[in-house]
Formats: sequence, structure tokens, C-alpha cells
Amino acid sequence: MNDEAACGLFDSGHRACGGCGAAMAARLMLDAAGKDTIIVSSTGCMEVFSTPYPETAWKVPWIHSLFENNSAVASGVVASLAKQGRKEKVIAIGGDGATFDIGILCLSGAFERGHDFTYICYDNEAYMNTGIQRSGATPYDASTTTSPAGSCSFGNKRPKKDLPMILAAHGAPYVATASIAYPPDFKKKVEKAINTPGPCYIQVHAPCCTGWGFEGEKTIAIGKLAIETGLWVNYEMENGVVTRVKKVVRKPVEDYLIEQKRFRHLFKPKKNDAEIAKIQATADRNAEKFGIDIKLKK
Amino acid sequence: MALGTGCTARPGNSRNNKTGSWRVFRPAFINERCTSCGMCRIVCPEGCIGENEEGLPVPDYDYCKGCGLCAEECPSEAIEMKKEEK
Repeated sequence: MNDEAACGLFDSGHRACGGCGAAMAARLMLDAAGKDTIIVSSTGCMEVFSTPYPETAWKVPWIHSLFENNSAVASGVVASLAKQGRKEKVIAIGGDGATFDIGILCLSGAFERGHDFTYICYDNEAYMNTGIQRSGATPYDASTTTSPAGSCSFGNKRPKKDLPMILAAHGAPYVATASIAYPPDFKKKVEKAINTPGPCYIQVHAPCCTGWGFEGEKTIAIGKLAIETGLWVNYEMENGVVTRVKKVVRKPVEDYLIEQKRFRHLFKPKKNDAEIAKIQATADRNAEKFGIDIKLKK
Repeated sequence: MALGTGCTARPGNSRNNKTGSWRVFRPAFINERCTSCGMCRIVCPEGCIGENEEGLPVPDYDYCKGCGLCAEECPSEAIEMKKEEK
């Protein structure tokens, strides 16, 4: 048996699916944040798989609030630490459901009040814990149990909400997107966020093998494809200005879609070129907005 | 007033739960091909890959769920997934 140091501050024995992107995100986040960190977690997949009572995988102080109020609880923890003159860093974590939909009220309040904490959203693009219902983060045309693809539907009808921009509009000093497919980049962003005074936000793309429909061993490959197709953009914003963007030689979005069961209806029984073109247009817009294309010399 | 029971747990006691029993495929580490780059340790969602004095990876099969991420991401193809014999 290994000594416990091997697994860092997020211990083995949690009940995440094999190949879970969110479990990777939790480990990488704690690797970067270190032991002087207090975690406030909303309800969600990560909360459920890491802390089935009476067990916990966390080796730092960890508080579970409700689905909607982790930012409010974190605000209180920050205020209390400040009063006591303590220096611990506070990180609030939530899935995309807790962040984009249920908790946006408390999140907006905490950012507007300007508490010194970091909010990390692990974005697996649906309510995975309760059985893959669509959320505000679910991408266009993804089939979920509440946006099922069928003869009358191509899946989720609405595009993904642009939450990083909403939080940047609150005047947040640091907003970033990251992906578990690029661990050193994610860790660097966590370090930067917790050391930046004021409310900071990181949205980390965490592919979900169960909800998206791919084999657990492909979690990182799928995360990379999202970036390489332009459907996910890794960038940093400081004081509302985009300062760093990951550039790529773009691949067609089909390469990403065809690997996942949630987009299978776009290829079977026959390929739906019209819908795929709409998703390609989203990627093209992202590429133009952030300037991610690497121009190859001919 | 102190809160009653049902609210706290000892840090990291999820180790009581040996998730190795979930495994269908077992990663076999081929040390001759390993360059000690550490990729398998970074990507393991369980955090159950340690290293020995020579820097070679040592998996903890008590917790390995056999997801195969380490084998997929290993740049030296030094990890092979083999059907578990129980």
C-alpha cells in the first residue's frame, strides 16, 4: 500500500466513476492551493462522491452548505477569518448546476460585495449527480434526460450561458477558464486566483464519462478535443480584459461530437449536416472572439 | 453550542472504502519502458499512484478503479490494461 502522501490532500477511496474529470479537478485544485485552504462546497456530484457520511476524501477543512448558498457561506468564512486576523485561503466549489443556475444569486452577491475568495466551477455541462438533466451550461444539441433527442428534437435547444463574462462584468479582478486536460495550466490559474485579492472565478472543463457517454480512459482526450475544436476556450481575464488565450490549430467540431453519446443523434441514423454546421458556427464565433487560430504558413 | 453528531468526519477517512473492487481491467506497469515522467501520477483521478526510490510508479490496487486513464495518457506506452483475474 502507498503512503497517504501519494494522493495529496484529496484522498483515495472516494466514489467517483472511474476516469472522473471532476475528481481530477479536485486533486489538481488542492495540489495548487495547499493545506492552508478552507473549502466550501455546494451540493453536487463532487460533494456526493467525496463525502458519503461518515467518510470524507478531503484533508483540508471542508464545509457543505446547500445547493444555492456556497458563495454566501464562503463570504461569512472570509469575514470571520479577516476578523480573527487569519490568513487561510477560501475556495468555494460548485458544479455547473450549482453555479450557473441555482447558486447564481449568492454568487453574484458575493462578487458584488467583493469578498476575497476564489470560486471554482467544475463544469461537466449538466446535472450529473441527479441523472444528467440539462443545466445553463449544457451546450447546444446535447441530449440529456430533460432535453432528450428524438424525432421532434435535436437535444438541448439553448446555447451555453457565458458565465465567465457575467462575473467579469461584476468587476472581478481575475476570471479564467481552464481544463483538466491541461493540468499545469489549471494549477497555475488556481495559484494565481487564490493569491489575487478580491473575488476570483475559475471555470474548469471536467468531462464526465457517464453523462457525456464515453469510456473513462478518454476523459483527457475529450477535454483536449473540446479545446482543439474551439468549443471550449482556455483564457484568462484580468480586470475585464482578456490577457491570455490558448491558441490551437483548429479541428472540425465533428471530431469532438462523434466521440460522445450525447451527440450521437447528430450522426445516426444519418449525419445531420445542418445541425453540425450550427455547432461549427459556435466554434467559429469563439475563434474569432478570442483569436485562438494559429495561422499556418503555406 | 457545539453541534451534535452527524456533522463531522476524520480527514481522508474515505480510505476505509477500498474502491479497488470496482476494477475490471488492471493496469500493468512495465518498468523497462518507463521514463519516470510522472504523467500517470498527475492524471490518476484516484491519486493512487505513488513512486519508489528510483522514481518508478507504484500503483495502489486497493483503490485503483481500472479506468485506464494512466495507460491512455502514458507517453511511453509503459502501462497495459489487462483483464482482472479474480
